[in-house]
Amino acid sequence: MSRVAVALLVGGTLGILDGMTAWFTPEARPQIVGIVIGSMIKGLIAGVLIGWFAKKVNSLPAGIAFGLGIGLLLAFAVAAMPQPSGKHYYFEIMLPGAIVGAIVGYATQKHRGPVPAKAGI
Amino acid sequence: MTRLDDATLVRLRDALREPDLSGTRYRLLGPVGSGGMGTVYAVEDTELGRRVGLKILDLEDAEAEARLRREATILARLEHPGIVPLHDVGRLIDGRAFYTMKLVQGERLDQYAGRQHPLPERLRVFLRIAEAVAFAHARGVLHRDLKPQNVMIGPFGEVLVLDWGLAKVLDEPRPGANGGAATRLRLPGDTGEGTVLGTPGFMAPEQQAGGSAGVDARADVFSLGALLQWLVGEGPPAALRAIARKAMEQLPGDRYPSVAAQAADVERFLDGAAVSAYPEGLLRRAARVAARHRVALGLVAAYLVGRGMILLFTGH
Repeated sequence: MSRVAVALLVGGTLGILDGMTAWFTPEARPQIVGIVIGSMIKGLIAGVLIGWFAKKVNSLPAGIAFGLGIGLLLAFAVAAMPQPSGKHYYFEIMLPGAIVGAIVGYATQKHRGPVPAKAGI
Repeated sequence: MTRLDDATLVRLRDALREPDLSGTRYRLLGPVGSGGMGTVYAVEDTELGRRVGLKILDLEDAEAEARLRREATILARLEHPGIVPLHDVGRLIDGRAFYTMKLVQGERLDQYAGRQHPLPERLRVFLRIAEAVAFAHARGVLHRDLKPQNVMIGPFGEVLVLDWGLAKVLDEPRPGANGGAATRLRLPGDTGEGTVLGTPGFMAPEQQAGGSAGVDARADVFSLGALLQWLVGEGPPAALRAIARKAMEQLPGDRYPSVAAQAADVERFLDGAAVSAYPEGLLRRAARVAARHRVALGLVAAYLVGRGMILLFTGH
């Protein structure tokens, strides 16, 4: 499996799980399906970018840092979206989003990628 | 009559021992080291304009010459980055046999180990040694004298196994014998049965007993175990101690069956995986897995703690 595919898989899965934590917030429960889908899309976008980075750079610390940055940026974009209540939950969205990005970066860098085929005679 | 002092006598003796390279393509540069059988000199190959090592017998002796030629023959069949390559064999004007090889520069393993190197780096050096020895085994050659003095670490980190003078060629099929019975290849200077060869402390018990017939690849496994124990020093992790212990079992049947199996265990140790020589309980296994994946566990813990704090303090 390629690193981009791993990043997409991990990003999407963690995005779903992260979105499902909205269930613990009573006022967010009615919108949970939309939150989970949005979180999954955010995870997939982060996965594409982190996977692309992992193809270029082979470094665990750099991968984690890049994932953290991407997670933070995308979470900021979500948190900054206009809300009906007018309130923005920057900290509540950006902290977990950044850590999820770091986890995707870690998992992607740890994956060694497809094994090159041996040359035959 | 003038009496010569000791220093002059030593210089004279050295000058007499120096090989006369006239009639060869080599020019003497100086001695590099000496062993029980001969001396290695740095020489210049005047045809190719490069420095090479020249090993020569200290005395003209038929048995020693046969051994030197045998060592050259063995080196010639072992083309591996971890084994010093042979260039040429020949005879000097005084009748002594010689061979030339790559001039190995760097430091011996005992000198290298005298300085502070992290454990993983030492283990990677060990794996390079094991790789060269496993290659020789695959070519039917046992080293039989693996010890720190016979390993060189080059300036670019290359690891070379030296001194194949005591090597033993195992039974192997004669080339061209299609599936026929194994035939023992004998080289000139093969050591006879009952001859004790090797270095105490690094030599397998069956080798010490002088039974050349019973010595197989597991004798080198023993020596590599002793080398590993020596290389990692005092207080290595229990799993690493277990690897060395298993390799140094008294009975060959209790040791690793091959150098490759032994090296695989060291590699597993380096990767933080379970090693076959060290059965571990559930708690120890959990601790090892946690240590191996500490970054991932740390990130997940940070996420959970972050989520918990958000719920606790903001209710979102």
